[in-house]
Amino acid sequence: MADAVRAPAPRPRPAALRRLSDHGVHVAVAVLLVGNLLFTANFATLANLRLQLVQVVPIAIVALGMALVVATRGIDLSVGSVMALSAAVLPLYLGYGPGPAVVVALAVGGLVGLVNGVAVAVFGVQPIIATLALLVAGRALALVLADGRLVEIFDPTLGWIGNGSAAGVPVTLLVTGALGVVVAVLVRRAAFGRRVVAIGGNRTAATMAGLPVRRTLLAVYVLSGLLAAVAGVVNTARLGASDPSFVGLLIELSAITAVVIGGTPLAGGRVRVLGTLMGALLMQLITATIIQNDLPDSVARMVQAVIIVVAVFIQRERGGS
Amino acid sequence: MAEHAAAPPPGGDSPDSPDRPANGTPTIEVTDVSKHFGGIAALDRVSLTLLAGEVHALVGENGAGKSTLIKIITGVHPPDGGSLRHRGAEVSFGGPRDAQAAGISTIYQELNLVPQMSVARNLFLGREPRGRLGLIDTAGMHRAARQVLGRYGVAVDVRRPLGELGLGVQQMVAMARAVATTGRGASVVVMDEPTSSLEPREVDRLAEVIDVLRADGVAVLYVSHRLDEVFRLAQRVTVLRDGRRVHTGPVAATDRLGLVAMMLGRRVDEVRAHGRTRFGEAHTGRAGEPVLRASGLTRRHALSGVDLEVHAGEVVGLAGLLGSGRSETARAVFGVDPLDSGSISVAGATARRWSPAAAIAAGIGLVSEDRKAEGIIADLSVRDNIVLAALPRLTRAGFVSDRRCDEVVEVFVRRLRIKIADPDQPVRDLSGGNQQKVLLARMLCLHPRVLLLDEPTRGIDVGAKAEIQALVDELAATGLGVVLISSELEEVVEGASRVLVLRDGRVVDVLTGDGIGEHQIMSAIAGASDEPGPAGDG
Repeated sequence: MADAVRAPAPRPRPAALRRLSDHGVHVAVAVLLVGNLLFTANFATLANLRLQLVQVVPIAIVALGMALVVATRGIDLSVGSVMALSAAVLPLYLGYGPGPAVVVALAVGGLVGLVNGVAVAVFGVQPIIATLALLVAGRALALVLADGRLVEIFDPTLGWIGNGSAAGVPVTLLVTGALGVVVAVLVRRAAFGRRVVAIGGNRTAATMAGLPVRRTLLAVYVLSGLLAAVAGVVNTARLGASDPSFVGLLIELSAITAVVIGGTPLAGGRVRVLGTLMGALLMQLITATIIQNDLPDSVARMVQAVIIVVAVFIQRERGGS
Repeated sequence: MAEHAAAPPPGGDSPDSPDRPANGTPTIEVTDVSKHFGGIAALDRVSLTLLAGEVHALVGENGAGKSTLIKIITGVHPPDGGSLRHRGAEVSFGGPRDAQAAGISTIYQELNLVPQMSVARNLFLGREPRGRLGLIDTAGMHRAARQVLGRYGVAVDVRRPLGELGLGVQQMVAMARAVATTGRGASVVVMDEPTSSLEPREVDRLAEVIDVLRADGVAVLYVSHRLDEVFRLAQRVTVLRDGRRVHTGPVAATDRLGLVAMMLGRRVDEVRAHGRTRFGEAHTGRAGEPVLRASGLTRRHALSGVDLEVHAGEVVGLAGLLGSGRSETARAVFGVDPLDSGSISVAGATARRWSPAAAIAAGIGLVSEDRKAEGIIADLSVRDNIVLAALPRLTRAGFVSDRRCDEVVEVFVRRLRIKIADPDQPVRDLSGGNQQKVLLARMLCLHPRVLLLDEPTRGIDVGAKAEIQALVDELAATGLGVVLISSELEEVVEGASRVLVLRDGRVVDVLTGDGIGEHQIMSAIAGASDEPGPAGDG
């Protein structure tokens, strides 16, 4: 290695591929949107568009946290189980009022994130292993807490969060938008964001530049846990029921997909916040397009799979080396 | 094969022609082999002949082409040009497996064994003796393992997990596996820095094993930067530099100084006691307390008791061969590699918990020799790369001040003449020299008291090199303490006002004033003596 290549000529990536990887998701969303508005019956109604957006919310929120984790070259498989945990905890503390219950639910998510972060940053466990452990254990614990049952929730505040609107816009959408802005500001303006991409880009170099690598990784996993807990609360509020068996099931895969097709490479070192949200929307639109054109749901999954492969293929150029 | 091996080596002891001694048959003949990576020649028409029963040392500094040559011989890389002959027949290996099947074994620094498995299992991994029903014949395997290891004088319980044994024993097992248990037996063994993690006693053991190999007619290619071992173990030596072969000849006809000179690209008769240069005299005033005082730096297999003092305005050179402790010293001072013992104090304050972050906070900067792996963050912009380490100082309430970042970037881009189209362009698009300047800027914008520069001009173009060398003087003139590490003697001689020469993790000589010269440095590296043969240390 040291002997072989001294100054490898930087091989510039074709500009077209770079642009496709950066903006492809926006183009795809636009194409699907226009196509559906023109050709799919009953698509161009306010109620339907609203429904599409509301259905994206849990994936979008989880994907925001996932994007940060992926940018550090990590991955968080525990997000679905965190959603289940926060959903399971929520009814247990509703007796103290919705505020404290939500706080406890979020704290549980942050705690799971902290455990992930300690495993990854302090003990050097591979992210996929550390978070896999909590993927399994988290949902099991959620089922124990909830006694394995679905619990209906009748709380006006939570009901408003889940199904209410403010100025005609669903509250869940407002929550998603606000979180998106927070994460975007964190990434673009705060020192934290620079550290995240620096660590993902070259961890050794980041350490040798004196960056607090451990602290940053801890914070990233805690954030991912917190955001997953928010998604759990929102989802529970919308359903009006805490369902730890099914809430957030397999959402880690959708979130990772949204992150990757949104232009954040699995190799880390870059993060696209708007792209991530658009990635989540794209997956939703694909499902909607196929279902509303009377094709089976399994087709939607296959199309999504193809899109993942294409997105990873486009990013392949810049990974590693 | 012989049961016992005390027989004298069959050949190669006193060859009369450097390329083909009369009494050895060539096992491997590499002829005019070239290899390019991305337009850069890693090897340029290099030839090498390995004879049966000889130990052939391969030496050279970083970037000389040793690894590439090994990889071609062991089938990892196909050569771009030239030919490779094994036992007289031209071969072209499709991969390492082909080379192994042909009897070419490699023992790398990092052992590729399974530490959890027993010694015997490791020896026979994938080639276990089978008993009835196709099950592994454990008893038979243990017997065979004891027999094989016994030949090399290794007496261990072969049932113990390999990982519980010392590194030396593990190395022996790896070697025994490579040599003795391959189907046809190895004809060539390549050893890449085999002693880098061994204790002296274990090195002696290795030497005995190598004798056994030679007696069996195996050709050994021995890659090492430890001259002692080259002179002790090898019969012939080949020197590579910058991808070319500069010398092949019997070890007995070479002296240490000559070898060092060839590795560093100098001719002994050309090198005279160099006069002092401009800045050396200007900054020899070392009054007062040193800004950096490191004493007794010790780290297993890397450093033993290195002392280093740097005063404000002084350029201290660290000279030595690869692995001598020159980079290791800088890394220890900067907190990259943990120390077993030793203390570091900056401006009188002694540090307790030491890390790069703590070193930076104390006023130390390091520009690493490995620009790609430890320096630049290729995907980030020039701007983000420059301000990376200074982020805490450019941040208010967690938010980065773009204005202040731009100011810093602008100042250093201008001052270091970094050629960029736009501060937002990715640093990966810059040339090596400009990337190096970005890394210098990253450290300089912290306003350090001491700057450690590890090979600051390696692999960059001549113009940028001269600029960086001039910058080092300039920085020292402003009162910065600089530690300059370079494998280019000229750079150290001209740049430094004091030179510490390292060998085997120790400071073996300190040169000051008129005493600084290429000849003096090479003599110190070679072992304080111009005479050929072993120079008693060790």
